[in-house]
Amino acid sequence: MPKEVGQQIVLPLSKAIELSAKSIRVRLGRSLITMSGIILAIAFLMSIGTSNAVLDKLRHVDDPRVQSVLQAKGLDLDSEAVHEERARNTWLVVLSLLVCLVGIWNSMLMSVTERFREIGTMKCLGALDSFIIKIFLLESSFQGVVGTLVGISLGLLLSVVMGLGSYGSAVLKYFPWLAVLRWGGLSLLIGSVISVVAAIYPAYVAAKMEPVEAMRVDR
Amino acid sequence: MARQTVVRTEDVRKVYQMGAVEVEALKGITLEVYAGEYISIMGPSGSGKTTLFNMIGGLDKPTSGRVYIDEVDVAQLDAYELAWLRCRKIGYIFQTFNLIPVMSALENVMLPMIFARMTSDDAREKAAALLERVGLGDRLLHKPYELSGGQQQRVAVARAMANDPAIILADEPTGNLDLKTGTEIIELLKQMNEESGVTIISATHDHKMLSVSDRVLWIRDGRVERIVNREELQIEVGKIDGRTE
Ligand SMILES: Nc1ncnc2c1ncn2[C@@H]1O[C@H](COP(=O)(O)OP(=O)(O)O)[C@@H](O)[C@H]1O
Ligand SMILES: [Mg+2]
Repeated sequence: MPKEVGQQIVLPLSKAIELSAKSIRVRLGRSLITMSGIILAIAFLMSIGTSNAVLDKLRHVDDPRVQSVLQAKGLDLDSEAVHEERARNTWLVVLSLLVCLVGIWNSMLMSVTERFREIGTMKCLGALDSFIIKIFLLESSFQGVVGTLVGISLGLLLSVVMGLGSYGSAVLKYFPWLAVLRWGGLSLLIGSVISVVAAIYPAYVAAKMEPVEAMRVDR
Repeated sequence: MARQTVVRTEDVRKVYQMGAVEVEALKGITLEVYAGEYISIMGPSGSGKTTLFNMIGGLDKPTSGRVYIDEVDVAQLDAYELAWLRCRKIGYIFQTFNLIPVMSALENVMLPMIFARMTSDDAREKAAALLERVGLGDRLLHKPYELSGGQQQRVAVARAMANDPAIILADEPTGNLDLKTGTEIIELLKQMNEESGVTIISATHDHKMLSVSDRVLWIRDGRVERIVNREELQIEVGKIDGRTE
């Protein structure tokens, strides 16, 4: 074999990105269903985080009207009940994130099995395993990031609306920007990590497909 | 003129394991393909044509025996070298066309060139020229689903030619096409063969393939039944078709 072999086929990332983005657009229906899982889970995470941050902030506000509202609801001090609810919510958030991970895993795996011919063909054309892996990881992380961003917005909106209902306009007056920003960052991180982790195994399955798959006529 | 061998197989056997049952798809195939020839591999369905193709194309490994492409033993190649071989030495054409559904005709033809590290601009230019050559100069941006089967197969021919391969492997390229379109594709392959000197190896059970072939190799039940040269063929085509082409 000639010498050029060494320097071949680490296909430009841009091409992989383009291909993944297109695949998502074409299979938008499936993508949206997958994304809805991550949107809901992240929205949940974000709304719990924001609600807690709002409550924590309001407790430390030096405003008699706010304090009396909190007192009336029994939220002014760290009671057993408040603790329990937070613990329960944390559990639910973790569970929903897990469910979301399994959902992405499953839908990526379906997508890989469906596209055996496409994957086999790309291998016939000279794609390396690493390129195939890249395509699927990128595809999943696009979905993950978009879903996460929507989820963050949704969760934020939801918790602000709920806060307005419970505490009135004080929520906006004393909005805990910094803490909410931190929750947003954390959500983005978690959402992205989940969508990439969930795609690792399906991407590996895709990369291990044989180029002969492209020749398959039946099935 | 001494004929240069581009593909050579030595006693290639392939056994598929189907649970407890062994299927011997190839039972010792020895053949030579010469550079620049158009060779058709004929045989009934299930005779082992696709299996043989997978061996010649470096897509699968024989259970025993050797395959040499340009005198390189394919079994000795690592993953990178195999990818290199598939990318630059061989162009594949499939019965099911196998265009990447999310890509335009132009992008499909560009893909092997991008894999071969050509710059996007060069690849685009060359892909456009190739599509022009297969008669699709006005369909560059069409997606596969916007093209007819015959047009898709033309794109596939252009894509197979992308990196100026030494060999084009076409496994039943007309299998999903009607008679007229199929004939056009075969003529297109013949045109590529004559203009660019690319070796064409085509599997088929379609008799219209015969007329363009330099040689025809019949396989039956995993064995080479006979090999017939062009000259002898002329006579036989007459017999088979009841007319000469
Ligand atoms: N992946 C496989 N697993 C098991 N048997 C196979 C496989 N591929 C092909 N075969 C068997 O090998 C024989 C030759 O098949 P094939 O090469 O596809 O023939 P052709 O292309 O001439 O129709 C057939 O009996 C087929 O059933
Ligand atoms: Mg076949």
